[in-house]
Amino acid sequence: MIDFIAIVLIVTGIGFFAVGSIGLLRLPDLHSRLHALTKADNLGLGLVTLGTALLAGSLATAIKLLLIWLLVLAASAASANLIARHALERGDER
Amino acid sequence: MLPAEIIFGLTGVGLFTLGLRATLLHGSLLARILAINVCGAGVFLMFVSIAYQGAAAMPVPDPVPHALVLTGIVVAVSATALALALGRRLRESADE
Amino acid sequence: MNALLWTLLDLLLAAMLLGLGWAAVATRDLKRGVALFIAFGLLLALAWARLRAPDLALAEAAIGAGLAGALLLAALRDEPRHEKLAAAHSRAGLWTLNLLSVLLAVVVAWALLCALEMGEGLRLAGAVTDHIGQSGVSNPVTAVLLNFRAYDTLLELAVILSAVLGVLALGPARRGYGLPGPVLGGLIRWLVPLLIVTAGYLLWVGAHAPGGAFQAGATLAAAAVLLRLGGVDRAGLPAAAVSRWLLAAGLLVFLGVGLSLAGLGYGFLQYPAGLAGGLILVIESAATLSIAVALALAYVGGWSRSGSTQPDSTQGGSH
Repeated sequence: MIDFIAIVLIVTGIGFFAVGSIGLLRLPDLHSRLHALTKADNLGLGLVTLGTALLAGSLATAIKLLLIWLLVLAASAASANLIARHALERGDER
Repeated sequence: MLPAEIIFGLTGVGLFTLGLRATLLHGSLLARILAINVCGAGVFLMFVSIAYQGAAAMPVPDPVPHALVLTGIVVAVSATALALALGRRLRESADE
Repeated sequence: MNALLWTLLDLLLAAMLLGLGWAAVATRDLKRGVALFIAFGLLLALAWARLRAPDLALAEAAIGAGLAGALLLAALRDEPRHEKLAAAHSRAGLWTLNLLSVLLAVVVAWALLCALEMGEGLRLAGAVTDHIGQSGVSNPVTAVLLNFRAYDTLLELAVILSAVLGVLALGPARRGYGLPGPVLGGLIRWLVPLLIVTAGYLLWVGAHAPGGAFQAGATLAAAAVLLRLGGVDRAGLPAAAVSRWLLAAGLLVFLGVGLSLAGLGYGFLQYPAGLAGGLILVIESAATLSIAVALALAYVGGWSRSGSTQPDSTQGGSH
């Protein structure tokens, strides 16, 4: 049962990643691309992390995975902010 | 099935050659340094592929090439730093 | 079924590595090339994990992708904007180069396949497994680096030291970055302590699991890079006099231990039984600090110019 839930979570997560990547390739300007990428990928990674944490089998590993997700969240939020701010300052909106 | 060591070993050969070709081809120093790094990554990949061979039967793959590549990665980044510093100095003296 | 799945994943990873490597060196835009190179480094870390080399995966993610990428990006800032990427080549010259490249690839591939064919020829893996009990550590890669092949690691520290001395000799630091905005500033404020703790953990855990002086040193250096991007021109390095000693500490402690052991009659870097684990930890701690200072100084690009603590306000810390 746990395996099944984990697989569903991971597959859903991969779906969000795919949507984020399509957005990155298809959306017209930098700000919408960042919007698609950060939101969808953070949620996707969260679901994948949750799925793998269920499969990890030990609480310590699950907590490590959770920490990794939090770090990636912080880093991706900060880098998206930097890219967007830089683009605004330079007026470069491709 | 193709064993992993052959797939990644040949990938290493490919990266080595395309890195070397780009190193010879490019005019910009920075692009050359980048290409040399790709070239080195190819060499590392060949090493580790050879270490991986038959790893399924062993508890761990051969650690000796791993240690060599680990030192190699650190030496490569130091050499990159030195090359970039030399390039910066070259440009500064050319500007004067 | 399982084997087929692995082969498919391997082929996918290999194709992405080749594609990214090709794109990184073939693009006309250097900035794009460096960004692709960083992505290439991260995928390479994934390949090391696949080939069961977790020590390498850690080092590659921190050094090959992280620090090398940071170095290249920092150098890109000084690069003239429209430098011609490809030197002018005649059509004949280009084709000769392509032909030679293909020939070289065939020869190297043939040599590699021959080496794989030989299989268990001259392997040292067995020797490592047989003697790991006496090495003082249980991570085989650390055992090779700090015990069985300690000579190599000693000389490697000397190579890093000389490379950084070269960087230092070539001129003062690059210009620094402006103060960061609240988001980056906040991230740096809690990421730097976390990186320092992680470095300590990696150093300690290297004795029995993936990790060790190189990964720990690179993590510390990453903290320095972050600090510098956050407008701290000295990147958290101590005063120049102290930094010099830290830079040499790894080599000095390594040599000191080796020579003391030789003086006591054990032979150069032949650890006495029972003391090996402790001595390795002492050497690795010093090596961690040296590697961190060396990589941080390499990123800063030299000693900070005295009296020029004015941040370069046009850059906004966003590169």
